[in-house]
Amino acid sequence: MLGGLLAYPIYQLGLISVFHYTQAQVSGGEPTTFEGFGNYAELFGDGQFWEVLLATVVFAAACVVSTLAVGCALAVLLTRVRAVPRLALMLAALGAWATPAITGSTVWLFLFDADFGPVNRVLGLGDHSWTYGRFSAFFLVLLEVVWCSFPFVMVTVYAGIRAVPAEVLEAAALDGASQWRIWRSVLAPMLRPILVVVTIQSVIWDFKVFTQIYVMTGGGGIAGQNLVLNVYAYQKAFASSQYSLGAAIGVVMLLILLAVTLVYLRLLRRQGEEL
Amino acid sequence: MSLVRQDGESRVNLLRRFTRRPGRTAAEATALVVAAVVAFPLYWMVLSAFKPAGEIESSEPRPWTLAPTLDSFRRVFGQQDFGRYFLNSVVVAVAVVIASAFIAFLAATAVTRFRFRLRTTLLIMFLVAQMVPVEALTIPLFFVIRDLGQLNTLWSLILPHIAFSLPFAIWMLRGFVKGVPEALEEAAYMDGASRARFLWQILFPLVLPGLVATSVFSFISAWNDFLFAKSFIISDISRSTLPMALLVFYKPDDPDWGGVMAASTVMTIPVLIFFVLVQRRLVSGLGGAVKD
Repeated sequence: MLGGLLAYPIYQLGLISVFHYTQAQVSGGEPTTFEGFGNYAELFGDGQFWEVLLATVVFAAACVVSTLAVGCALAVLLTRVRAVPRLALMLAALGAWATPAITGSTVWLFLFDADFGPVNRVLGLGDHSWTYGRFSAFFLVLLEVVWCSFPFVMVTVYAGIRAVPAEVLEAAALDGASQWRIWRSVLAPMLRPILVVVTIQSVIWDFKVFTQIYVMTGGGGIAGQNLVLNVYAYQKAFASSQYSLGAAIGVVMLLILLAVTLVYLRLLRRQGEEL
Repeated sequence: MSLVRQDGESRVNLLRRFTRRPGRTAAEATALVVAAVVAFPLYWMVLSAFKPAGEIESSEPRPWTLAPTLDSFRRVFGQQDFGRYFLNSVVVAVAVVIASAFIAFLAATAVTRFRFRLRTTLLIMFLVAQMVPVEALTIPLFFVIRDLGQLNTLWSLILPHIAFSLPFAIWMLRGFVKGVPEALEEAAYMDGASRARFLWQILFPLVLPGLVATSVFSFISAWNDFLFAKSFIISDISRSTLPMALLVFYKPDDPDWGGVMAASTVMTIPVLIFFVLVQRRLVSGLGGAVKD
């Protein structure tokens, strides 16, 4: 089944991306014609594609860095507090984690709504629209992405820290190491396998952000200013019926993520871990 | 803090012990503030769901309501076929969780306990499969499902979700199966247990926490999905799922916020219940999976 539902579509994806494939071909009205790398040429010649690619990389990087920073900081915080605040933070995080992406997106949109949202009221921004400007719209989506994805990092890293023997930390503290120093020189190296896993997972997830952008910016923002590759591919394929262009974008994404996979495997290898 | 009074301690140590106390208070205060900030969107969602229409669309939003009403919920449940969407979502999510847990358990056992040719290749493929952007695959998947004649059926949602949740589930479960000592397996066979008996009566209970952790992921992905539902359920809306019902209220120009918030609440609560039920196992489960 894995073969049927994953490998075959990937193969088809590659296939479609080298043909001329639009609505006419789907309904069988016109024969499919082989285009070679024509679709890719069209894609790479399109200024918007490069802009979207750049936006995707920058946006994903910002999301990953913020998610990891927040998640790790809170995981360390969790180890320093007593049971009640810990439980409160844990439950709140699990709540954010459990919230479906689509609900999370609509709720955040409502919080920052120009007319009825409480955030503008509190900040005294009047009817400032967050989704109008390119950067503020991206920023808003970033907040939501971090909100719903830091819990995974926090819980995982927290579980990892708890597995570190207490004596090690005590010894470091007795030697006069500061909190930051303990994190950098003791915890981070010991947690490296875990950090690699959460980093890679975050990269995969944030590079593929779809629902948040699609819902919060209404399918890519005003004049497509908030498009990321994933939404771009979807829009090309389903909104303008250029299936082969959409498929070509999908192949490009796949290749970029494959490169990430290879780096990941390198890292695992260097740690001497056997698959 | 009786240590502070100990005489043998050096002055530096005394000082450090002393300063740590306000440090912890600050940490706890921070933790509570962060918890409040993180929980606020959820609070606002539930609150808005109960607010009467006039209060939601007011330019003076208040963090409480004096006249809670079920109006928004009535609109949600009164929506045509809402119960049906809910049921569809439950069917899809439950089917995906059970099927993927079952398959992932067997597959994870196979790739950890047996050495066979292409084993490493298979493992790498599981990893690569996680990297595939689901949205890009929607296009070819659409054709596959059309060719299978399953467009507009729940199978068009169940099958792809199983396929997409399996790689991650197998990858995570591996760590748990690895953690069970092989001596246990040998001992079981010595005592005359069959392979199936070992699998279901000994190994299965031992890796259950891991199964719970992975089930959380497959449950969420199936429950939250709106991409497949939007793309594969194209004409027969009685096969639609909850996220689609939510989008009905959300029109970009004039969203019905009360309806959206109530539908969101209805959609989030089952996941929350699921999470609270598995919370303890989840924390230990994630730790166990990643450690290996």
